[in-house]
Amino acid sequence: MTTTDEVPLLELHDIVKTFPGVRALDGVQLQVAAGEVHCLLGQNGAGKSTLIKVLAGVHKPDSGSMLWHGSEVSFSNPQAATKAGIATIYQELDLVDDLSVAENIFLGHEQSIQGFVRREHMRSDARAVLARLGHGEIPVSRKVGRLSSAAKQIVSMGRALSHEAQLIVMDEPSAVLAHDEVANLFRVVRELTSRGIAVIYISHRLEELRQIGDRVTVLKDGRTSAVNLPVKTTTTDDLVRRMTGRTIEYVFPERRPRRVESDSVPLLDVRGLTRIGEFRDISLSVHAGEIVGITGLVGSGRSELLETIYGARKAQAGSVSVQGRALPHGRIDRAVRAGLGLAPEERKAQALILEDRIYRNVTLSTFAQYATAGLTSASAERTAAKRIADLLALQPSGVTRPVKTLSGGNQQKVVLGRWLLDPDGDQSAPRRRGRGTKLLLLDEPTRGVDVGARADLYRVIRRLADDGMGVLMVSSEVPEVLGLADRVLLMREGHLIREAAAGDLDEETVLDLVMAGSLLEVSQP
Amino acid sequence: MTEHAPATTTVDTHAGATSDGPQTRSGSGLRRWLRDDRSEPFRRNLGLVVVLLVLYAIGAWSRPDIFLHRGRLWSNELTVLTLASSIGVVAIGMTLVIISGGIDLSVGALLALASVWCTTLATQAHGALTMVFVALVVATIAGTVNGVLIAYGRLAPFIATLAMMVAARGLAQKISGKSTQVVKVDGITKIAQDRVFGLPWLVVIFAGVAAIGWVLLNRTTFGRRTTAVGGNEEAARLAGINVRRTRVLLYALSGTCCGIAAVMVTAQANSGSSDHGNLYELQAIAAAIIGGTALAGGRGTIVGTVLGVLVFTQITNLFIVNNLAVEYQLIAQGVIIVAAVLLQQFRVGSLRKRV
Repeated sequence: MTTTDEVPLLELHDIVKTFPGVRALDGVQLQVAAGEVHCLLGQNGAGKSTLIKVLAGVHKPDSGSMLWHGSEVSFSNPQAATKAGIATIYQELDLVDDLSVAENIFLGHEQSIQGFVRREHMRSDARAVLARLGHGEIPVSRKVGRLSSAAKQIVSMGRALSHEAQLIVMDEPSAVLAHDEVANLFRVVRELTSRGIAVIYISHRLEELRQIGDRVTVLKDGRTSAVNLPVKTTTTDDLVRRMTGRTIEYVFPERRPRRVESDSVPLLDVRGLTRIGEFRDISLSVHAGEIVGITGLVGSGRSELLETIYGARKAQAGSVSVQGRALPHGRIDRAVRAGLGLAPEERKAQALILEDRIYRNVTLSTFAQYATAGLTSASAERTAAKRIADLLALQPSGVTRPVKTLSGGNQQKVVLGRWLLDPDGDQSAPRRRGRGTKLLLLDEPTRGVDVGARADLYRVIRRLADDGMGVLMVSSEVPEVLGLADRVLLMREGHLIREAAAGDLDEETVLDLVMAGSLLEVSQP
Repeated sequence: MTEHAPATTTVDTHAGATSDGPQTRSGSGLRRWLRDDRSEPFRRNLGLVVVLLVLYAIGAWSRPDIFLHRGRLWSNELTVLTLASSIGVVAIGMTLVIISGGIDLSVGALLALASVWCTTLATQAHGALTMVFVALVVATIAGTVNGVLIAYGRLAPFIATLAMMVAARGLAQKISGKSTQVVKVDGITKIAQDRVFGLPWLVVIFAGVAAIGWVLLNRTTFGRRTTAVGGNEEAARLAGINVRRTRVLLYALSGTCCGIAAVMVTAQANSGSSDHGNLYELQAIAAAIIGGTALAGGRGTIVGTVLGVLVFTQITNLFIVNNLAVEYQLIAQGVIIVAAVLLQQFRVGSLRKRV
């Protein structure tokens, strides 16, 4: 299987990488031998993505050494890593949809004579590469956009092969594949390793790692908590234990005893909500003053569910009611009027107008309510935004600078603040319309927020709930959901698989449940 | 909180923004305000004012008899303003469309269509008011079609308005039979001849449209929606803004501007023609760009566009009063467009580095 007595293909020693406010990698060790499938395991935020990017030459480590074929290397850019023979296949495949399979395989190193592309030559070479992967049937002149996800993945691997890669990093390659396609993927991986190519395989699905992997390295809090465990013989309990018990200090505000009776009419009631291919038959409810957390792996349908409740996606079946009144599907304006507010997953792309001033971002959904006969009132908006800024302890506190000058945590406060404005209660607001936000939908509220600012956000969210707001929160960080939410919903592959009070769950159970093929799954119907 | 320190320093280096509320502004008046980031659009337009002054200086140097004589300078500038008025009106609508992240290539053709439609014999028979009404309605409807194609048909603005540009011009030619339709109604011609408060009506109309445009953009919920849609469409949508309706309204409004400009051009030429408004789309876009409107959307000012139109027209005027050939005008205009955009890119680039 592996020849550990020889010089390993790749060795990482004490790799450290820090970003402002975060120590993403804090002394990582890794050893990969030629021809092995080396698994990388760890929770979200454990540092896997950063590690991959260090390998791919995207990030330069702050300290530590990287040995390739036994000699020290340092990649200044992704091209350097590719040239050395390390290819990375990201979850979001970096293929160009409008180019053909052959053009994608040779993207960036087209075969040409005097600048003229040798099309026929490239096509036959591409055919050869795909044949080596056992997929000679993929037509090399077809546009990549018309291929299935599985076939696209093969094309990505073909590109890696065309670069003569000796190490291929695969980031959750099975996440986008159907069950039978996974078997095919494994065949290709075995084909690669039989030629001496090493594969770093990242997946949350333990059963897959058991099938395909040789050794496993476990990451926790940016450190390696286990190196080179034999993947087939290490027990699931052991692996999960090494992933959990994160030491990052999450400071969660105390939960107050609930004042709301659970048999009262829920603030939000979702029945049988379905979007084929995303999630199916989801029913849940949120009461006033309650924080409900949803967690699950990437691709489990969490964010899609939240956006569908909000009306940003149109449900195919099921119902969403707020305080007993049904909302029409796919109507954001109606959802907002009924008292829903969304803080989307991609703060910069989906929530903020970065160039615009802070107060105008805060009032982005309420400016019409501060207006008289269509004429906006900048001073009323500023005053209201200022009060929200003080309430949320925005740093720095001024509201007329562009929102892009704020840190991630403070940008998130701006997004939250948008839904906390109460134009009705404002003395400065001449018109009285709308009734303010009653239910907050938070999608990854602390993504890209550093540790100190997180505690701040947690306090804000808890205080809002204490004041009677309902909160439905999606997060991939299990400790966050367990620490902040009153009730937790677990999602896997578009289904709700478990609902429990946060106090009745622990990190290991949750991880076990959301990762397919675990031991507990059998005992939990 | 120490982790926020970098953000604070960034803000301070950027545009020297040190104060931000009305409470801190009162301190030392004008100088303070100039450093306040609320005066940023003003400072941006200051550059264009300087360019205009330079153009006047060139005028004073080359034709002191005109530019250094109060009465002649005034009448020359009225000529410039009159020349600028119809393009200016179109450019105001264009500015709003560009700020929303779109583009309207059909403005010149809509102008021609409206001018032809309102000067048919049948329309002229109903008098001046009806002619104005027809021009506005025709152009607004065509603009609405643009908007619906873009917002609901999901066509790229470039494509939808390019198609409209070709089709509307064709329709104008069909209606007029490619012949010039002379205006026989006094009310219309008077628009180009009469004055109010000592200013030509055309200039007053331009000023009025610019003022309305300014209020729309800066003081109304519609203007907020426009900026939001151009700044980040997805964020606007998720904040509950009806993006599609906003887009339709914007293109309809651009059409209305074309209708107004059609009446002005028709009055000036004393005729309706399918050749009116030729290349107006390019001049309007150029004026907006010179005025600092970002083609990517989200940023732009009405004042900037007005100044852009004036700079453009003043250059033309300088060439005319110096009896220089038209070719040189076009070259100079091209150079000005590139220079203006380069200047703005430098500014944005230097901002990006700091942020």
